Amino acid sequence: MVPLSYYLILSAILFACGVAGFLIKRNIITIFMSIELMLNAVNLTFVAFAAELKSLSGHIFVFFVMVVAAAEAAVGLAIIIAVFRTRETLNVDRVNLLKL
Amino acid sequence: MSLNLWIIPLLPLAGATINGLFGKRFSNQLVNVIALGSTALAFLYALYVTVRFFGLSADQIPHIEHYFVWITAGTFMAEFGTYLDQLSLVMLLIVTGVGFVIHIYSVGYMEHEGGYYRFFAYLNLFMFFMLTLVLANNYLMMFVGWEGVGLASYLLIGFWFLKDSAANAGKKAFITNRVGDVGFLIALFLLVKHFGNLQYDNIFKALAAYPVETSVGFITATGLLMMVGASGKSAQIPLYVWLPDAMEGPTPVSALIHAATMVTAGVYMVARSNAIFNRAPIALTVVGVIGTLTALFAASIGILQTDIKKVLAYSTVSQLGYMFMACGAAAYGAGIFHLMTHAFFKALLFLSAGAVIHGLGGEQDMRHMGGLRKYMPKTFWAMTIGTFTISGFFPLAAFFSKDEILWKEWAGGNHILWLIGVIAAGMTAFYMFRLWFMTFFGEYRGPAPETVSHGHDADPQHAGHTAAVHAQQADAQGSDHGHGLPHESPMIMIAPLFVLAVLSVIGGWIGIPAALGGSDRFDHFLEPVFHFSPVAEAGGESAAVAVEPAEHEDRATEIGFMLISLAAATMGLFGAWFLYYKRTDLPAKMAAAAGGLYRLVRDKYRIDELYGATIIQPIILLSTNVLWKGVDATLIDGTLDEASAGARDLSDRLRHMQSGNIRSYAGWVAFGAGVVIAFMVWKGVR
Repeated sequence: MVPLSYYLILSAILFACGVAGFLIKRNIITIFMSIELMLNAVNLTFVAFAAELKSLSGHIFVFFVMVVAAAEAAVGLAIIIAVFRTRETLNVDRVNLLKL
Repeated sequence: MSLNLWIIPLLPLAGATINGLFGKRFSNQLVNVIALGSTALAFLYALYVTVRFFGLSADQIPHIEHYFVWITAGTFMAEFGTYLDQLSLVMLLIVTGVGFVIHIYSVGYMEHEGGYYRFFAYLNLFMFFMLTLVLANNYLMMFVGWEGVGLASYLLIGFWFLKDSAANAGKKAFITNRVGDVGFLIALFLLVKHFGNLQYDNIFKALAAYPVETSVGFITATGLLMMVGASGKSAQIPLYVWLPDAMEGPTPVSALIHAATMVTAGVYMVARSNAIFNRAPIALTVVGVIGTLTALFAASIGILQTDIKKVLAYSTVSQLGYMFMACGAAAYGAGIFHLMTHAFFKALLFLSAGAVIHGLGGEQDMRHMGGLRKYMPKTFWAMTIGTFTISGFFPLAAFFSKDEILWKEWAGGNHILWLIGVIAAGMTAFYMFRLWFMTFFGEYRGPAPETVSHGHDADPQHAGHTAAVHAQQADAQGSDHGHGLPHESPMIMIAPLFVLAVLSVIGGWIGIPAALGGSDRFDHFLEPVFHFSPVAEAGGESAAVAVEPAEHEDRATEIGFMLISLAAATMGLFGAWFLYYKRTDLPAKMAAAAGGLYRLVRDKYRIDELYGATIIQPIILLSTNVLWKGVDATLIDGTLDEASAGARDLSDRLRHMQSGNIRSYAGWVAFGAGVVIAFMVWKGVR
């Protein structure tokens, strides 16, 4: 039986990778993938706790997160395509018109 | 039974409102109909009220009407209501009657002025406030009227507000009156403190229980403070300085507000408060002394003024002094009598002066007049009647009223004040006849017609009233717009002069004293108003014992005193005749001989300069250096400026967080999340 802490540590590493990727990367697709990574890191925590506590709530939450992530992916990709069409770039540093 | 007295003040208010709001689009005729109509209706209603008043039985006077409660606060209560007794009836008739006559005159005088509707709206507004003042049944409402006439006065003095001097004169009048009003207001506070409200009937009844104060107590303090208010409104020493400057206003305004009605409000107030003053002999003495000194002081200034309206202004101040002199001797009836005759003859004098000024195209300096008798004979006669009346010649109005005052003064034992009064009467005659001789006799000293550029009456309207001589002169000089020679005023201005002249002649006959075979009817008529006098109850007995047996000798003495005042007036007349008609070279020589004294009197004793140096300059310095530059600019502006500048600087820096760089946003999110996690770890998750 793998102890709970292993799952949590893996989850934390995955989440940290997601944050780092989100902060460092310029390509909007990569940033998007980093967000998915963070979401899935959280999902891993949920199922780990669900298994440990023998509770169904964690599973339910994971499904919610997956549904939201799917919806977000659909909308996000649509936005990315729209941005690319107008600006012909995926570099977020150049998508900065909405500032003071 | 109700007389519906509220109608009287409300009529002019309606006129003022209609003309004030919509008058700009009205024709002058419509403005006339509204302004004169409302005043005429008020006058007619006042006449109706007078008839009804004489039908009232003695116990129904004062006739008090309560309309509604205006203010309640705890036990304090002030209401809207009217109070009609003999005193307010006399005032009511003077205000509406003289007011209406002057309204008519204004139609002619203001014909060529801009803001015609505005003038009449203000004039009606003044009527409303003056009637409120006169008819009020409590001191608070009187104060409302009191302040209201001050406002109307301010607006009308500054009627030609584009002229700096007029605007300043308006401000001066308003501010000087504020000084007096503070005194009046504190007097009202004292009354509220002691009696709980300001209703006349309550206060006068409650006062009956108070003894005469021989030392300074609260009644004396109230009386003195009221006198401060009265000396502001009625232009007495030391607050008289605004009235001469108030002559910047149009002449009908000077006649109505600054001679006949508003400035007498102080006298009315003192007479109305006789219950207070009779219990405060010290305050009464102060009133008498101030009045007497003002009468003398203003008369002496009047002697050397060269502006025709200024002479009349100082004369008004001086005559108001006489009224206070009468009140100071507790002869309120005589004071009100003089108030009434003064309203007639001073309005007449001012309106005549206005006709002269009008006929000369705005010239007010008497040195540029002279010989006007042949150019404007009707005005000349009006002015002649006015001059002889004010000087106190028999049997004109002021003879009776002024002599009653002087006689009461002597009978009251104030022989020094009496003497000053007689001297002032002589001076009055002198400066009035000086004005008369300088204006109407001798040669016309005005500028040659073509140099006068006022030309306000180059229109046919005036040409119609102009003497044929005038037309010929104008033709001969080929001047198509010049003022030409002096001319008579239109009929609409002469008719009011006629009415007032008649009143000036016969107005005194209702008060012919017993010594001359009359019956002092005016005094007896007013007597019930002054029955709050404790003197009549306590002091009256001893006085009655002393006076009754001596009645017959007194009559002879009284006639003797009349002769003395007549002599003083005659001396004034001949003095003026000698100096300003017979030997016109003398005044200049005398002025040179008198030197510094002459200049001091000519400069009005430099009282304005004194006030300027001792009061106004320090206030200006304080205001400029401390209040403006210190408190306002540094403290208040500084605090606000610093606060807003600080907020702007801070936001200027924070603004840069919104860089548009998504990763920096994300960084901040991550940073925030980190802080939250750190906080939770530090506090313990639960």
